[in-house]
Amino acid sequence: MTTSTTAVLDTPRGVEEHAATRLKYRSQAVAKPYFIAAIGLFFGQIVFGLIMGLQYVIGDFLFPEIPFNVARMVHTNLLIVWLLFGFMGAGYYLIPEESERELHSPKLAILTFWVFLVAGALTIVGYLSVPYATLAQLTGNEILPTMGREFLEQPTITKVGIVLVALSFLYNLSLTVLSGRKTSISLVMMLGLWGLAIFFLFSFYNPSNLVLDKLFWWWVVHLWVEGVWELIMGAMLAFVLVKVTGVDREVIEKWLYVIIAMTLITGIIGTGHHYFWIGAPAYWQWWGSIFSALEPIPFFMMTLFAFNMVNRRRREHPNKAAVLWAMGTGVMAFLGAGVWGFLHTLAPVNYLTHGTQITAAHGHMAFYGAYAMVVITMISYTMPKLRGREANSNAAQVVEMWSFWLMSIAMVFITLFLTAAGILQVWLQRMGSAPLPFMAAQDQVAIFYWLREASGVMFFIGLVLYIISFFVKGKTDEAAR
Amino acid sequence: MSASFTKSTARNIFYGGAVFFFLLFIALTVDTTQALPKRDNRANLTEQVARGKNIWETRNCIGCHTLLGEGAYFAPELGNVYKRRGPEFIKAWIKGQPTGAPGRRQMPQFHLTDGELDDLVAFLKYSSEINTNNWPPNVEG
Repeated sequence: MTTSTTAVLDTPRGVEEHAATRLKYRSQAVAKPYFIAAIGLFFGQIVFGLIMGLQYVIGDFLFPEIPFNVARMVHTNLLIVWLLFGFMGAGYYLIPEESERELHSPKLAILTFWVFLVAGALTIVGYLSVPYATLAQLTGNEILPTMGREFLEQPTITKVGIVLVALSFLYNLSLTVLSGRKTSISLVMMLGLWGLAIFFLFSFYNPSNLVLDKLFWWWVVHLWVEGVWELIMGAMLAFVLVKVTGVDREVIEKWLYVIIAMTLITGIIGTGHHYFWIGAPAYWQWWGSIFSALEPIPFFMMTLFAFNMVNRRRREHPNKAAVLWAMGTGVMAFLGAGVWGFLHTLAPVNYLTHGTQITAAHGHMAFYGAYAMVVITMISYTMPKLRGREANSNAAQVVEMWSFWLMSIAMVFITLFLTAAGILQVWLQRMGSAPLPFMAAQDQVAIFYWLREASGVMFFIGLVLYIISFFVKGKTDEAAR
Repeated sequence: MSASFTKSTARNIFYGGAVFFFLLFIALTVDTTQALPKRDNRANLTEQVARGKNIWETRNCIGCHTLLGEGAYFAPELGNVYKRRGPEFIKAWIKGQPTGAPGRRQMPQFHLTDGELDDLVAFLKYSSEINTNNWPPNVEG
């Protein structure tokens, strides 16, 4: 544990550095278990991803023990939950530092951590150990049916638990912000987190009318990932860039506002691109196409932002891995959410591609680029500090950077192979005079599923390296600066 | 960005834009819900259909299939399966699962009663009659 001058640059006025660590506020330490849990769940997510990838080509793999729908539910729900753990850890780290005061209640933060972790684990165990219908029965789904809709498969009691955890988290952070300094970064972060909680309430609305169900289901799913989550993402990225580049906060916060303004201006009406074929009026094809065609703009700006700030940096931050993750987030989010989203967002194109592997290709790269990577950026920057040092040793950073390249390149390949599978699927199943049935078309594209699975293994190796990087020792040398 | 474009300008664009477009979105949503009765086949939304939707949900069918293009992409689109296969085939198919064909994608056996099978078929029939702007492109989904 070194105590060099690096901390001085970051330490706000009048705050004494805690002797044992470099944390400015002792209560920021509650972020650590959240980040560790996030990484653990991320690992689980990828394992189930590999199982599903194999089931695409060996359909009876692990059947009937883990049917595909169960594996998928675990894969996507773990994704959501690990990102939520990441957002919460980021909130608990970022808000005290921005507010220049200790967290309102660190004890509550730790308590909610365990509640959330145990509830999340029990839900996953439920998915894996009993048939879904039994789980629905055990958890009283008939009292308030909310289960069995994509991404919102959690038992109703888990959903209630998520709301309670979110409320305690928001209470804790809001009081911290209210009694401390209010920065643009913390306000945007809070706005994003409150939006996340509020739009989740639509998951409790499940009418028998399928069209209404779908119409408002997107109020959770779209207004999360193409709306308020982007505020959280922008705030986290801005926070890390302020820290690692030393660029004037005014400049960074101005960028942040412009980016999130473009996000909501394009993204809210952009919800319309999900309303093309679910029974909503045809005018959504115009609204949805036009506004979602503009949705890549904020992501492009995010890339420009990250590169611009790093070019203008006023200091060489010793944590090079965090800088790499921050720049990678911009690029991969733009490619995955921006470019791959745009590829099939126009209504005439979407008519042919809706619900095919092209959707899956876009989903994979967008989630990895935008949300997985921004959480890892945050973890990469904060974890060394939470462990009592400015940055990890060179040796550890080299391993971490390898993991960055392996995971990111693997994700590019996963996306390319799924896109190829999707194009072929559209061609065989939806075009031409003799369209093939679904399964016949699937058989024809199997080679791309094999290639995707191989890329998935490469991703997994990258993830294992990432986890190993936490255990690589080596001197935390000042020469890194 | 130039110096004349200040942080507070950017902040105002953010708040103004967010509020304006959210209100516009609500207005469009209200208009949509008013147009839905002519499109969403609610005239045929019976108790049986509602029970069928509940079976659809509590068996997590969406975890493999798509419905109006949303869900997983592991198994066929079912929004129009009623038109593609008809009621008797659907029931026989569900009863016959899993096929057990080696290496083939497998569907679990849900032990649905005849009444439940009828409910599920009613739900799929209702779904197939929603006005989806002519999606999917053909009967194969």
